[in-house]
Amino acid sequence: MISEMAKLDPYIVRADFPILQIQNRGKPLIYLDTSASAQKPHQVIDAIQHYYTHQHANIHRGVYELSEQATQVFEGVRHQVKSFINAQHAEEIIFVRGTTEAINLVAHSYGRSRFQPGDEIVVSVMEHHSNIVPWQMVGEVTGAVLRVIPMADTGELDLDAYRQLLTARTKLIAVTHISNVLGTINPIKEITALAHAQQIPVLVDGAQAAPFFPVDVQALDCDFYAFSSHKMYGPTGVGVLYGKKALLETMPPYQGGGDMIETVSFAKTTYAKLPNKFEAGTPNIAAVVGLGAAIRYLQILGMENIASHEQELLHYATEQLQAIAGLRIFGTAKHKAGVIAFVVDDIHPHDIATVLDHAGIAVRAGHHCAMPLMERLHVPATVRVSLGLYNTREEIDQLMVGLQQVKRLFG
Amino acid sequence: MSELRELYQEMILDHGRHPRNFGVLPHANYHKEGFNPLCGDKISLYLCEKAGVVEDVGFDGCGCAISMASASLMTEAIKGKTTQEAARLFTDFHVLVTGLPVEDMTRLGKLVVFSGVAAYPVRVKCAILAWHVLQALLKNDAATVSTE
Ligand SMILES: Cc1ncc(COP(=O)(O)O)c(C=O)c1O
Repeated sequence: MISEMAKLDPYIVRADFPILQIQNRGKPLIYLDTSASAQKPHQVIDAIQHYYTHQHANIHRGVYELSEQATQVFEGVRHQVKSFINAQHAEEIIFVRGTTEAINLVAHSYGRSRFQPGDEIVVSVMEHHSNIVPWQMVGEVTGAVLRVIPMADTGELDLDAYRQLLTARTKLIAVTHISNVLGTINPIKEITALAHAQQIPVLVDGAQAAPFFPVDVQALDCDFYAFSSHKMYGPTGVGVLYGKKALLETMPPYQGGGDMIETVSFAKTTYAKLPNKFEAGTPNIAAVVGLGAAIRYLQILGMENIASHEQELLHYATEQLQAIAGLRIFGTAKHKAGVIAFVVDDIHPHDIATVLDHAGIAVRAGHHCAMPLMERLHVPATVRVSLGLYNTREEIDQLMVGLQQVKRLFG
Repeated sequence: MSELRELYQEMILDHGRHPRNFGVLPHANYHKEGFNPLCGDKISLYLCEKAGVVEDVGFDGCGCAISMASASLMTEAIKGKTTQEAARLFTDFHVLVTGLPVEDMTRLGKLVVFSGVAAYPVRVKCAILAWHVLQALLKNDAATVSTE
């Protein structure tokens, strides 16, 4: 077990991750795809096993002790999440399946009930499909349309253009905190301040930010914040929608069913209070327990330490990669997280990823669920290296060896 | 490296770099496009067919070395063949890249260089894209081809 440390030592934390001890194509696994999904420490795996072995029952239902215990464990994680992102109230934390469902919840509940024909939803050019498509879908029903914040070639949002986009027609801003392709850390505080000056609410896609650095939703002053457990070293199948209480209270339920009601009759049903109003049906209790273990793990390591480790490694990796002739990096923002998208000469990213896979190195190649961004960058696809708390300089050195091999093969 | 060489054989690298029959065929009487949404690979196939024979064939598009080489070698393989022979080659090629036992390797000719693809399930789509476009074109299927 790791103990509290001042500086994160990836060689120590690696021992917590069983999958990093296995082989990939006969070589030690070098996992450089944490932005897609992070690997899990045994603390998370054990917590899920412990829950199923000793504590499982349905929650909010049984009067017997086991169910009460399960409920307590489940609700305990809600409080953990609340302090992890510094929300004001625990009932502002809604458990969903992931970032995608969190955004869909807001689109369906908030968007459908409020948007009118001609209303505008402002997104950025660097959004993941999950922060584009739900708004298009709700637009089809309500007549609201998308407006897009452009960016500079560095991968930084054009805030002047953003300011100009804010009009009386603007009904919501939906932007990512950190780009999953460019790594850009967007100035959310500034974005919310400008929107709030005109009473426009802001939804932030925090999928890449929650595992990277400390997030304080009150300091950001965003109205909604969405993130996924599996990207923050927790299990798949659970995520969080944070919403300001006053706003959530005015929103209609998203799905109907058990747990989200107060009373049901065929004449009229009344809905439960927050957060249950938005949590219809039996949730993924075990995954929530696992998320609780992941948050504990991250807090012991310290989010500041994780961020500075990844930042350091980002600088090292960027420097190394830039030394490769013909390699072009997309995203050179001043404030950047541990994500590097690049192409090499005109070698196709899939060929690069296959050669690297042979060296035991897992990287992503493709459009990274951001096709409009690929269009903006004028490439069909890129290679993407993304860093996690367990990555080391030696792994980056191995990546360089792999890329030299790519150059030899296709050069 | 040796396993990689099974996949990226010299002929594949060569055709990937310098695809043959590359470009629009202005006199084509068939034209069809195909996509691999996962990779962004894109291929347009042009075909001149007369009395059941592929008189000429060309393609353009962009994609990885495997998909470009596959399209290039496909055009070489089917030029001058009857459409029936071309359809049978599709079947043989499909069997080859999915790792099933091929009845008669000689029919495949140069295309056997793609045997290494079977070890990379995610790359099968790259190798088969051009062939799917060809098949849809021969069947006169109106929809754009997608590997997904
Ligand atoms: C920026 C961003 N937003 C949203 C998502 C979607 O997350 P999930 O698939 O966990 O719902 C991802 C993950 O791919 C992402 O990187």
